[in-house]
Formats: sequence, C-alpha cells, structure tokens
Amino acid sequence: MKQELYNYILGIADNSLILGQRLGELTGHGPTLETDIACTNISLDLFGQVRSYFQYAAKIAGDGRTEDDIAMLRKEREYVNVLLVEQPNTNFAYTMARQFLFDVYHLAFLSELEKSKDLTLSAIAKKCIKEVRYHERFSSDWIKRLGDGTEESKAKMQEAINDLWTYTDELFHQTEADIAMVSEGIGVDVTKLKDGYYKYVNEVLETATLEIPESKYFQKGGKKGIHTEHLGYLLTELQYMQRTYPNMEW
Amino acid sequence: MSEEQIKNLEKQFEERIARDEKIEPKDWMPEKYRKTHIRQMSQHAHSEIVGMLPEGNWITRAPSLRRKVALLAKVQDEAGHGLYLYSATETLGISRDEMYEQLHTGKAKYSSIFNYPTVTWADMGAIGWLVDGAAIINQVPLCNTSYGPYARAMIRVCKEESFHQRQGYEIMMKLANGTPEQKEMAQDALNRWWWPSLMMLGPTDAESIHTEQSMKWKLKRKSNDDLRQQFIDQTVPQADLIGLTIPDPDLKWNEERQSYDFGDIDWDEFWQVVKGHGPMNKERMKARVGAWEVGEWVRDAAMAYADKKQERKEKQVV
Repeated sequence: MKQELYNYILGIADNSLILGQRLGELTGHGPTLETDIACTNISLDLFGQVRSYFQYAAKIAGDGRTEDDIAMLRKEREYVNVLLVEQPNTNFAYTMARQFLFDVYHLAFLSELEKSKDLTLSAIAKKCIKEVRYHERFSSDWIKRLGDGTEESKAKMQEAINDLWTYTDELFHQTEADIAMVSEGIGVDVTKLKDGYYKYVNEVLETATLEIPESKYFQKGGKKGIHTEHLGYLLTELQYMQRTYPNMEW
Repeated sequence: MSEEQIKNLEKQFEERIARDEKIEPKDWMPEKYRKTHIRQMSQHAHSEIVGMLPEGNWITRAPSLRRKVALLAKVQDEAGHGLYLYSATETLGISRDEMYEQLHTGKAKYSSIFNYPTVTWADMGAIGWLVDGAAIINQVPLCNTSYGPYARAMIRVCKEESFHQRQGYEIMMKLANGTPEQKEMAQDALNRWWWPSLMMLGPTDAESIHTEQSMKWKLKRKSNDDLRQQFIDQTVPQADLIGLTIPDPDLKWNEERQSYDFGDIDWDEFWQVVKGHGPMNKERMKARVGAWEVGEWVRDAAMAYADKKQERKEKQVV
C-alpha cells in the first residue's frame, strides 16, 4: 500500500514536473510580454504543485529521500509522466496545444482527486484546482485565437493538434498503482474521465474552427517509463546541478 | 503659442516640481522633459526585459525545486516590471511597439550589466545580491521622482527588488557556507560581477552628460559617484559577513571619510560594453529580436481574432 501510494503520487507529480520544466525553457522568449508572464506563471504553479506532491512522497518513503532527490535523481526509465507533457516547444502553437490537451485532463482529474479519502492528496487537489482552472482558460483561449485567427495560425494550430493528438489516449490508461489506489478510494479512475474529455476538447476545437483529428492510432509508454527521445535531454538539464555536485545543499 | 507663453509655462512647470508636486500625463510639460523621460523610462523597461535572459538561462538547471520556484518568480517579477514601466512610458505618447523598435535597432539602450554571461549557478546569487543591490540604490530615489506614473511604478518595483536582493544574498550565503567547491563558486561569481556592478551606477560625474538636468527634475537625486560609494559601503560588510573577498586589492576603510576607498574602475571595458561590444551584447539582442520575429504570427492571429470577435458582436447587435 505504501509503495503503491508513493508510485501513485509520482504518476501525478511527474506530469507537472516535466510540463513545468518545458514551460520554464520559454521564459524571456515569448511572443508577447503578457504570454511570457503567463507561461512562466503556469510553470511556477506546476512546480509549486510538484513540491507539495514530492514532499508528501518523501514523507511516505520515509528513507531520507528529499523532494529534490525524487524530482532530480531518478533515471529516465523511472519517470512516469505521460508522453504528451515531454513534447518539445516546437512553436507557440505546439506549446499551447500541449498545454490545452493536458489542462483539460488535469482539471477533470483534480476535480475527482479532491474527493480522495487521502486527506493530503485531497487538500493538494483543492489548492491546485484553482490554478489549473486558470491554466485551462488561458490555453483554451489561445486554441481559439490561433485556430480562428489568421490562415497561418490556423494551419500551425491544426498541425500541432494533429501531431499531439496521438498522445492523448495515454492520459486515460490505468497503471497498477492507479488500480490499487482506486480500490482504496484514494485514486481517481481515469478511464471514467475519457468521454467527458474528448467531448469538451472537441467542442473547443469546433469553436476554434479546427478539425478534430480522425486518427485512431495512439502512442503510449510514458506511464511505464518508456519515453520519447525528447525526455533524456530535458532530464539532463533538470538534473545537471544535482548530478554534477552530489550531496550538497543549495 | 508665443515664446513668452511657453517660457511662462516652463516657469510654472519648474515651480511645481520644486514644490514636489507630481506631473501627470495630461499636464503640460516641456518637450525635453517628455523626451528625457521616454528615454530613461523605456531604457529602464528594456533593462527589465533583457535582464530576464541571463537569469532565465538557469531556470531549467536550478539546483533544487525551491530555488527553481524562486527563480521563476523572480524572472516573472522582472517581466511584470517591464510591463508596467512600458505602460507608464506609454502615457508620454509612445507605443510599446515603437519602444521595442528602438530596442531592436539599437537606438535605445538597456543596462549593460546584462551583457555579461551567467556561467554558474552562483551567478544567480551574485546578480540578486549585487546587480539588484546596485539597481535599488539607483531606483529608490525614483520613488519620489517628479513624473507621477514613473514614481508610482517605482514604488512597487523597489519593493520587489529588495526582496530579490535578499534572495540573491541568501543564495550566496548558502554557497559560502557550503562545501569548498560551493564556496569557490560563490567567490568566482563575486570576482566576475563586482566590477560590472560598480559600473552599473554610471560613468563618473565628470563624464556623465545628463546629470544636471535630471537632478532638477528629480530623475536623479545623487550623483553617480555618490551612489557608487553608497553601494560599496553597504556591500563590503555583507561580503565580510559571509567570508567572501571583494576582488579589489585597493579596497580600504578610510576612517576620515567614514567610507571605503576603492581601486580604479576599468572605464575602457565599460564603454566597450555600452557601445555594443560586451561578451553577450549580440546574443541578447538576437534573443530579443528573435522572440519578436518568431512571435509575429501569434500577435497577428490575436489581432485578427479580436477583430472577428468584434465584428460578430456588432452583427449581433444589429
């Protein structure tokens, strides 16, 4: 139970960690000052969430590991984030599409996690949900703006949605930790979020005058630690200081 | 308006400033006042925006989650400062796009300190402690400057800067009290950032062209050399406290002046960087211009979308 709860928390937190890291790459390089501030702010929110989750995970592990050890000293195969969040900032359309496709899931997920029997997770979810509601508003607004903006922006956004679509199905795959925690009344049954997710996402895409991708082929593996080639490079930066200067305090 | 009328207005204007009244955007002001303020305020805004780059450089590599969160928040604050300084400058009749244009073409300057590279984590500490420290010394007097929107913006900016400075010093303190490797990293950062930080307070009074007029308009309250002395006197004990050495063999307490004497500043280096030939001038401008150009289609889309939305709204009303 302890190990499963620990694994379950990692399954939630790694998504925020990796997406926060991706957004952090953009600070100072956004298309406008306002979007720069917003993306940095979302990154900041996500890392704040990560700290809450990993502090709790460290407590559960109870073996002296700290939040930073958990965040920065695992091997690539031990990160269990979904493939979607590790995809690169190819351009602003990809960044916003990735954000939107994750935010809609994240918001639905936290709305359920709020009801968890685990009071710490429920409290974290309550705090996070306010932030994520804003993230979703921001990203869905940009889906509409870019989808229904100029011909160029529409083409770019459509391409981003088409490319990232393949990573959406994995959001609703259950891990072993998921199954165990759902049966305890602690975890969220993500399979139940799927219909609502696609219904809402499709509505936004339609409003944005974008086409809903028809592809039925999906990628998976992140939740089992089998990632795309992008993750290793992201981790190299994330872990640089901890690896180069082991066992030091900062 | 006759020359006499203008002279009269100018006289009244100077009297208002002397009485410590604030000048507001709709008030009459001499053209030179407007231009000087556009120059200084936009330069200040540009410094905040370009200043995001050297620190942004370490966001993905921050050594702990706590430090990463603090650094993100700090860089976000800088973007926020840029935003309200641009807005304050817009009240003087120039658009943000025009100001960007001036930055991108090199017509407008930004603080030269950001043309140095951030090569280790300790640079995040040194920038907070020294660069923000010097900035505060420059900026606190501006909370009482004569132009209302600038003064009000500066009150908020200074509060946040002083938080950043403490945060930077705390990073340095942690390193200085850490392992020998960490202490060496901190000392190395101090060695590299000390002299450029002294230069941040501007050329010596003899070489400073804007000082006299700026004093009158309360854009400046103390001379560059006085501010520099204040910075040194305040910073040396802070370095002592954490066991770091200021890289100046001539630094010595002067009992008579109750101040530190210090060595010669390399003004050739200062002017080289100001004129665009510092270690990172080209990269910083490339990053800013690059972000602007790459983002053009996004801004165009946002405009097109806003227009469409407005059109639809009007149609509904009809």
